[in-house]
Amino acid sequence: MSHITAPQSVALTAKLRQTLGQIRPAHVVVTLVLFIGAWLMIFPYIWMVSSSLKPAAEVYDADFSIIPKTFAGVKNYSDVLFGQPYPRFMLNSLIVCVGILAVQLLTAVPAAYALAKFRFRGSAILLGTVIACLTIPINVTSIPIYLGLVKVGLLDTYMSMMFPFFVSVFAIFLFRQFFRGFPDSIIDAARVDGMTEIEIVLRLILPAALPAIAAFSVFSFVSHWNDLYWPLIVVQSQDKMTATLSMMQYQSEFDTNYGRSFAAATVVTIPMLLVFLFARRAFIRGITMSGVKG
Amino acid sequence: MARLTLSDIHKSFGSTEVLKGISLDVANGEFLSLVGSSGCGKSTLLRIISGLETPDRGTIEIDGKAMTALAPKARGVAMVFQDYALYPHMTVAQNMAMPLIMARLPFHARLPGMKWLTPHLAPLRAEMAGQVEQVAQQLHIDHLLERRPAQLSGGQRQRVALGRALVRNPTLFLMDEPLSNLDAKLRVKVRTEIVDLHRASGLTFVYVTHDQVEAMTMSDRVALLQAGTLLQVAPPATLYAEPQSIDVAKFIGSPEINLLPVCAEPEGLRLGATLLPLSHGFKPGTDLIVGLRPEALRLSAPGLAQLRPAEGPELQLDMVQASIEDLGSEIVVHGAVAALPDIALRIRAQKSLQSGVHKIALPERLSLHAPMATAVIFDINGKRLDPQSVARRQEALA
Ligand SMILES: Nc1ncnc2c1ncn2[C@@H]1O[C@H](COP(=O)(O)OP(=O)(O)O)[C@@H](O)[C@H]1O
Ligand SMILES: [Mg+2]
Repeated sequence: MSHITAPQSVALTAKLRQTLGQIRPAHVVVTLVLFIGAWLMIFPYIWMVSSSLKPAAEVYDADFSIIPKTFAGVKNYSDVLFGQPYPRFMLNSLIVCVGILAVQLLTAVPAAYALAKFRFRGSAILLGTVIACLTIPINVTSIPIYLGLVKVGLLDTYMSMMFPFFVSVFAIFLFRQFFRGFPDSIIDAARVDGMTEIEIVLRLILPAALPAIAAFSVFSFVSHWNDLYWPLIVVQSQDKMTATLSMMQYQSEFDTNYGRSFAAATVVTIPMLLVFLFARRAFIRGITMSGVKG
Repeated sequence: MARLTLSDIHKSFGSTEVLKGISLDVANGEFLSLVGSSGCGKSTLLRIISGLETPDRGTIEIDGKAMTALAPKARGVAMVFQDYALYPHMTVAQNMAMPLIMARLPFHARLPGMKWLTPHLAPLRAEMAGQVEQVAQQLHIDHLLERRPAQLSGGQRQRVALGRALVRNPTLFLMDEPLSNLDAKLRVKVRTEIVDLHRASGLTFVYVTHDQVEAMTMSDRVALLQAGTLLQVAPPATLYAEPQSIDVAKFIGSPEINLLPVCAEPEGLRLGATLLPLSHGFKPGTDLIVGLRPEALRLSAPGLAQLRPAEGPELQLDMVQASIEDLGSEIVVHGAVAALPDIALRIRAQKSLQSGVHKIALPERLSLHAPMATAVIFDINGKRLDPQSVARRQEALA
């Protein structure tokens, strides 16, 4: 409608005034803070993508610009994707992440069920141990585990890459808290109906705990995908290199091609970006449940 | 069809003894209610019968077979829980089929996806589906079979829970306060449905409730549990008329029974400072507690119709009226004994139709009459005195 009649225009201005009237100074401040926060978060990524399109010399150019002066994107990305066995690195990462997650779920779910629903001697002590283990960082255990792996000759195998993470006390604790909310009477009904404890877990507890399991899976997957520390310690050959570790290849003492490094970093983060897009809700829940940023 | 025998069941949680030696016999096809106030151990006893809890001491037998050491599924019992305990993410049909699947299908055939890999079991699966369908029809929930519990009303969930218990043809039907989550009207409806179900199925029912009305209206026999011991097991009418102890008398009946602490004297019973002239036959000096049901007391007051004189000895009391509850068909008068204001009195009287819509008005001071034949007499420890010996003593006097 091209002609706005008088009453309509009055109504429109009234509406506009109402909308403007709802804007509070507090809202402005909050929006501003969020905007700055978001910019602080996003800027490094923009920088990364921008740098990945530049030749090495330009990355450290004094007058920084987001649009590259010389476009080296094709060379950087083709070096990353085709100049090295990149699909192999991705596959290694996938194998390690999926393997870790599978064993973590396999160990954590029954342990959490027992801690949540069984009364047995020492259950309180076991739970206390689990909670205490939450406070031990990987750096403390990495040296003994490394030495052990050397002794049994497992260095540079998938097993050595996954082994330290097979039992996640965090998963046990998270699932236990979640399982505890499951009504006891339903479990009792299932026992009267003839279900075994394993079937109770598979048929009743798991479907109900799907949100927690999805959240933990995303959390575990992302943190092991991004893990640089442990692969750096146990991986020796290019054959077992993970995608994240492969970024380090471009750093040497003589010649570091930062443009290419940034291209590698961009490519490595893309799968996580996809995970985030497809499992955003589980992702956010995983972070809020754990209180840890992956 | 099964006979349940419990002998000397003990159970403690930590240092608190919840069940202190329960022995109970439930006959084949009987409807037995287990009634008692909250926290007295009813659920614990039911869980011990079902096998969900193991007793510290004592044995459970069903049809003479020892069950004490068996897992719940091996006992052939079905249980209905207070909160229905339906499997939340399964449909009504899947919920009801679960006990059948567990009982009839071997473990490998129960795994997900095995339906297509075990075609030889298809007739069995079809038969089970047919059974579910049949029970669903019986309970009028066949139109709900594809719904999930969250999409059902409370009454419908209750029926699904009943159906799930019924479908596997249990020997013993256990129910733990199955009506307490329903609203009052629905509760009465489902109550009769459960009684009908019991009659139609002929199964042995053990029904736990804290509601004496449910226990009194539904059961063949009522077992009254208090603080981990059975006070009395008897048919509802017996429990009401012949309570064996003050605790039973107080628990059963609403409004509560009137209890008058008296002392026997040669000329009558002394209630506080007043002497109630009565020939009673007790040894002078004996302390007694006289229990009078609220409907056994008859009112006489100026302006009310004269009472017909009762047969046999009659107790006369003066009462100070405090309040009147008009329940439509009857009135309940609350007050205190004039001689002993600490003792509360409750009187229940039929309302004559003539009184119509008028507000009942009674004078503040009322005179009450109760034939001694309606009184239940306890000794000072709360144990019922043998009614026959009481009657004999009174006859001897007359
Ligand atoms: N698993 C348990 N651990 C500890 N105490 C319990 C347990 N189950 C029941 N109790 C206690 O036993 C008493 C009886 O419980 P319950 O049988 O559920 O009573 P009711 O069903 O008659 O209300 C309560 O005091 C309760 O706290
Ligand atoms: Mg209970």
